[in-house]
Amino acid sequence: MIPPVAPADARRRTVRPPGALVIKIEGVTKLYKMGSETIHALRGVNLEIYRNEYLAIMGPSGSGKSTLMNMLGCLDTPTAGRYDFNGKNVAHMVDDELAEIRNREIGFVFQTFNLLPRSDALHNVELPLIYAGIPAHARHEKALAALRNVGLGDRVHHRPNELSGGQRQRVAIARALVNHPSILLADEPTGNLDSKTGEEIMGLFEQLYDQGHTIIVVTHEEDIARHARRIVRLRDGLIESDTTVA
Amino acid sequence: MTRTIYEFTESFRIAFGQIRANAMRSVLTALGVIIGIVAVTLMGTAINGIDIGFRNSLAMLGEDMLYVQRWPWRRVEDWWNYVNRPPIRFEMAEQLNRIIENTPNSLLEVAVPVAGRGTSVKAGDVKLTGIVIFGTTADYSRIVTTDVTDGRLFNDVEANTGRQVCVLGSSVAENLFPGRSALDQVVDIRGQHFTVIGVLAKQGEFLGLFSFDNQIVVPLNALRKYWGSRIDLELRVKVRDKLRMTQAEEELTGAMRRVRRQLPGERDNFSINQQQAFKEQLDPVKTGIAVAGLFITGLSLFVGAIGIMNITFVSVKERTKEIGTRKALGARRRTILLQFLIEAVSICLIGGVVGLAITFFTCLGISVALPALPVEFSAGLMVISMVVSIVTGIVSGFAPAWGASRLDPVEALRYE
Repeated sequence: MIPPVAPADARRRTVRPPGALVIKIEGVTKLYKMGSETIHALRGVNLEIYRNEYLAIMGPSGSGKSTLMNMLGCLDTPTAGRYDFNGKNVAHMVDDELAEIRNREIGFVFQTFNLLPRSDALHNVELPLIYAGIPAHARHEKALAALRNVGLGDRVHHRPNELSGGQRQRVAIARALVNHPSILLADEPTGNLDSKTGEEIMGLFEQLYDQGHTIIVVTHEEDIARHARRIVRLRDGLIESDTTVA
Repeated sequence: MTRTIYEFTESFRIAFGQIRANAMRSVLTALGVIIGIVAVTLMGTAINGIDIGFRNSLAMLGEDMLYVQRWPWRRVEDWWNYVNRPPIRFEMAEQLNRIIENTPNSLLEVAVPVAGRGTSVKAGDVKLTGIVIFGTTADYSRIVTTDVTDGRLFNDVEANTGRQVCVLGSSVAENLFPGRSALDQVVDIRGQHFTVIGVLAKQGEFLGLFSFDNQIVVPLNALRKYWGSRIDLELRVKVRDKLRMTQAEEELTGAMRRVRRQLPGERDNFSINQQQAFKEQLDPVKTGIAVAGLFITGLSLFVGAIGIMNITFVSVKERTKEIGTRKALGARRRTILLQFLIEAVSICLIGGVVGLAITFFTCLGISVALPALPVEFSAGLMVISMVVSIVTGIVSGFAPAWGASRLDPVEALRYE
């Protein structure tokens, strides 16, 4: 079992060597029809993401940032191009196959937390395990461990409305990690938090990175992106820059 | 497989959480189903009751009995063909019985003459009107469809000599001699005194039209003394095997034609009636009542189903974001479909159980307060109404649940 993390320290920086290739995107385009107009959200994006990376995807609104995130999270499929996830081409998968990938390989963290309001923290974290078909007892153990890992071992039976914003996001992070996904995909994870709580969450990400998780953060805030080791900037549906910051 | 079970339990958990969280809304929605189920099941009990009533009434006529009469038991348009038929006489019963005896392997057992006439009777100060006097022979004991609770029927000697004895229907006995035994009491029938020698068991009403308990059975010869020997009567013929009524009727027709000395080619100048004729007339009525009743009450269930569909649509709409989240976490289409179907079915089932309970207690109340009303609560009805509830839930919940399962996760997550 992973020991509970120490209090957050956002300034400490370690760099882990990249591992195996997880995501390989080649010439991905995405078109939307809006009435008679066709919108080119992505115009041919190439991107490779490796295990142990901590990546930020940045860009102004309309840059294709959200579209790319939906694509990476297997919530959407590209109009053209190739997307390999752990060596499997997911570009042409159907709904339920994508659901399977999302369940096992991807942990989502949303800006608005998206917890089930009437379920306690434990049940919220158990949800992905239910869809994975894990028996109740093992489910319970894993969810408990995940909550302890984000420092909420004493809040397992609280409902979302009994938790602070930061705690809610921690529950969401525990939920994202409970099934040991290949990547943690966070969409503006601090967007609904005050800056101090936001820093705490980013500190938690730092620790998760140290524990060996692969993290992708989608944001428009430079302060948040600075925490990452690599920053990908999008503009008008194309990658404008891809820089590694040590 | 195990995953399906977990998803199932999760769906139930969500459904009941949802119903609890929206208690008022759920109760109102369930109310529609409750009303529908109560209406349909009450109708079901009524139809059941009517059916049983019909069958009991028909059983009073006797399943193995043929009635030889001048008129058929159906509406006739050409009444002039019947009105001049010669009457059926006492002697014809004897002739018919002789033919039956001389026929080897006859399907007929015995023919009994019965004359009936409405009149009023007296005993002391009590006077009863609307009583039917049946005059018959001692063979009546062989065709009677009820028991004699008290005393006995008259014997051959009493019948042949026209002794003034009588057997009372249970209502007559109760009303003339309340609280005491009717045996050996004297009943005044049109100025003649008849001694009570027996009381018949309670039989009930025939289709609610008249009561078999308002009859008095006396020796036919006693009636003939005062009402004339040319009295018109009917012959009740008992059949040995009730599964061969048609052949028995054919045999009886032949025998009656001999008794009536009818020529070949001549039309029968008598009618042979049996309960089947009633059944054939009543069955369409019964079916009509059932179809119309179930259709009308079914409408209220339909309205309830629309309520369920509506609330499930609302539920899907307001939880669009939750659906998006669940999909992001790995819920498949089937899982989401199941979740909302189970929610709809749960509300319907709750409504069904409550509705059934209401019906049960209503039936109980009716049977205590108004025993005459035919209501019949059955286990079959319970099973049917549960099945109807579940089917209603599935049918009304399917469209919204299907829509939910097909939602695009990106769109759903963006929904506010």
